[in-house]
Amino acid sequence: MSESTKSNHESFLEYKGKYRGILGWILSTDHKRIGLLYLYTMLVFFSVAAILGLLMKIQLIAPGHTIMGPATYNAMFTMHGIIMIFIIVVPGLPAVFGNFFLPLMIGAKDVAFPKLNLASWWIYVIGILIVLTSQFMGDGPPDTGWTFYAPYSFQTPANIVPALVGAFVLGFSSILTGINFVVTIHRLRAPGMKWLKMPLFPWTLYATAWIQILATPVIGITLLLTVMERTLGVGIFDPALGGDPILYQHLFWIYSHPAVYIMILPGMGVISEILPVFSRKRIYGYKAIVLSSLAIAFVGYFVWGHHMFTSGMSGRALFAFSFLTFLVAIPSAIKVFNWVATMYKGSLIFQTPFFWAVSFVFVFMIGGFSGLTLGSLATNVHLHDTHFVVAHFHFIVFGGTGFSFLAALHYWFPKMFGRMFDASWANMGWLIFFAGFLALYLPMFYLGIMGMPRRYYDYLPEFHGANILSSLGAILMIGGALIIIVNLVRSSRYGEKTNDKNPWGGKTLEWQADTPPTLENWEDIPEVTEKPYEYK
Amino acid sequence: MEKNAEHTHVHRDDEGDKLGMWLFIFTELLLFGMLFLVYAVYRYRNPVAFQLGGEELDVFLGTLNTVLLLVSSATVAMSISAIQKGLKKHALVFLGITLLIAVVFLVNKYFEWGAKIEYGFYPGGEALLELGHGTILFFGLYYVMTGIHALHILIGIGLFIYVFQQIRADKIHSTDYIWLENTGLYWHLVDLIWIFLFPLFYLIH
Amino acid sequence: MSQEKPHISSYRSHVFVLAALIVLTGISVAVTTLELGRLDTLVAMLIAGAKAGIVLVWFMHLKFDNKLYTIFTVLVIVVFLLVLYVTFFDYSYR
Repeated sequence: MSESTKSNHESFLEYKGKYRGILGWILSTDHKRIGLLYLYTMLVFFSVAAILGLLMKIQLIAPGHTIMGPATYNAMFTMHGIIMIFIIVVPGLPAVFGNFFLPLMIGAKDVAFPKLNLASWWIYVIGILIVLTSQFMGDGPPDTGWTFYAPYSFQTPANIVPALVGAFVLGFSSILTGINFVVTIHRLRAPGMKWLKMPLFPWTLYATAWIQILATPVIGITLLLTVMERTLGVGIFDPALGGDPILYQHLFWIYSHPAVYIMILPGMGVISEILPVFSRKRIYGYKAIVLSSLAIAFVGYFVWGHHMFTSGMSGRALFAFSFLTFLVAIPSAIKVFNWVATMYKGSLIFQTPFFWAVSFVFVFMIGGFSGLTLGSLATNVHLHDTHFVVAHFHFIVFGGTGFSFLAALHYWFPKMFGRMFDASWANMGWLIFFAGFLALYLPMFYLGIMGMPRRYYDYLPEFHGANILSSLGAILMIGGALIIIVNLVRSSRYGEKTNDKNPWGGKTLEWQADTPPTLENWEDIPEVTEKPYEYK
Repeated sequence: MEKNAEHTHVHRDDEGDKLGMWLFIFTELLLFGMLFLVYAVYRYRNPVAFQLGGEELDVFLGTLNTVLLLVSSATVAMSISAIQKGLKKHALVFLGITLLIAVVFLVNKYFEWGAKIEYGFYPGGEALLELGHGTILFFGLYYVMTGIHALHILIGIGLFIYVFQQIRADKIHSTDYIWLENTGLYWHLVDLIWIFLFPLFYLIH
Repeated sequence: MSQEKPHISSYRSHVFVLAALIVLTGISVAVTTLELGRLDTLVAMLIAGAKAGIVLVWFMHLKFDNKLYTIFTVLVIVVFLLVLYVTFFDYSYR
């Protein structure tokens, strides 16, 4: 007891627990260490998937066979999708920053179930390993795309089953994180922190956790059914046995559409944290942001059909889903107004997290509007399965989640590592990344409208010009990403040391904890009297 | 309950543990919910085949299993009442009955499945493939849904054995019984699912 | 909250609940011998719903626990039913 009490004064990065060295990390139940474990795991796999993406863009720099053939290209976009969706963006913000900062922001010592939290990471790693085996065993890597659409997913000879099982296991990890966060928020808020005094990032995590709990089992059972169909020959989705392949699409998107909100909601939370701090102003419309987060989580359940407008649903269903899709745009738009109004007449502080946050709002708006374009029936028929869709969801998933992830990383970096990052390199990285991002994805809107389909390794000569621009953008963006990652990794080891509890002047609780935080975060649990973001 | 070598205090929050269990139950409800959705869609599209398929199932065995599960739900609830009152012996007896019933349920299931598999009525089985699409779907769903349900029974048996040991060792007692309570909640969930599986497969004509 | 004295249900009450559930099961089996046609499914589901409600309220203790659990349970059921309903926008009109 006395030994561990002593260690409570050391930072979480340095204390010695029961285990030493790397075991002290991979067996640690400290939410902060687990958050960093997720961060490092994701960094590795993000690099892998980003390189796959880059290779695809290099293939598309000219029509015809440049560096790979169709089979390789199919395997690449499948793996790029599986890694990016199931390993990076879905767990992304909750697993890294939720784990690290949720307890700090609500004044708790840890999450509600620390052991379960560690188990979630282990399940996550096991899931990743299972997914990876699909690449090296059996009859070739999966080529179905990350959506595993029936009936192709049980007709292709490729090695689908490990990918399905791996995604199922990853879903389990996601559910357990969700359960952990909901209980944490219900039970462990600091005294005085009423629901409406809770900062917005925890609020969005709360909404997200509910989606994780209620939507993830849907993909779980769908993947399981597909596994049984493939291995045992149970007739579920196979039309040859009477099944309806469109039902597979229904089930898949009943999860995967809410999953988009698992990805984006915490990102919205991060932006709602950063903008008030760097505008030195109270957030505009706190309650509106809370309510719209919950509304997005709820309405987001009933819009899945807009992924299936051309698959042969009934006309009545098309109208219903199109209408519901427009409905879900409203709470998202409310947030954009909130953010802009927060900045209005604020004393803006132009530092790296702010740049990321503002560029998030910009790309999120483009992504959102292109979403409405796709949500209306007539344009959807034209644009379905073209590069327009690819551009749209990269603006949301990469522009939304990715930008907010990097915003969060820069914003909380000093708190996490007790060191400052090099600001000029960080800003340059942002600028190059942002420029590369726009050059990469904006041409895809044009290509899609002109009719270039997605998921082909080849294209007609008239699409050449825009594809060159897009591919060069990809190279530029990867360059920017390299600068950002190298800068942050370097800074985490050699950056200027700081014990400043509150380098940005934030008003939320995590800025009252030590930098970097100690093992159990607080000497005494803080008492909350004010609302968050009370700038005078 | 959360004992942790790295943490200076032992954090115990029964209410939080129970909330966690409920959230897990919601996950399970949606998981089975989607199976019910698949069932609803295919029944809607193949009404006759599903009706005929249902007539192939043994109503007596189904009813017996239903009653068994209901009784076991009552006994596990009674064992919670017993432990709350500090009646360790009662709690163990009730829990033992529950465990026994769970095993009997699986034995019944074994014979039920076994009889069908013998006739070739299993996914990919010849007798089944000769029949129409609707029947293939009906029996596919029958095996998948009762199979996943049986898997949950199996997990429940494991939990009962663990909890039984814990009560015997006085780790679970009248002031700390959240493990028993959560196991009970889990078992009621298993019962809930069966309450809907039973009429959908055995009864509706 | 955890300091509150937990409600202890008596053995007797559990036996009553069990009896009600078994009676409902009996009714459900008996009803299938009648030829109700399309009503058949509806009746079976209503009885199953009633049984599920009894299990939730008494066995799962929703009646005596924090009201939060009841609210969540109802919400989850509503979400599921809405998903079912929206799915049938497709299948009912295809």
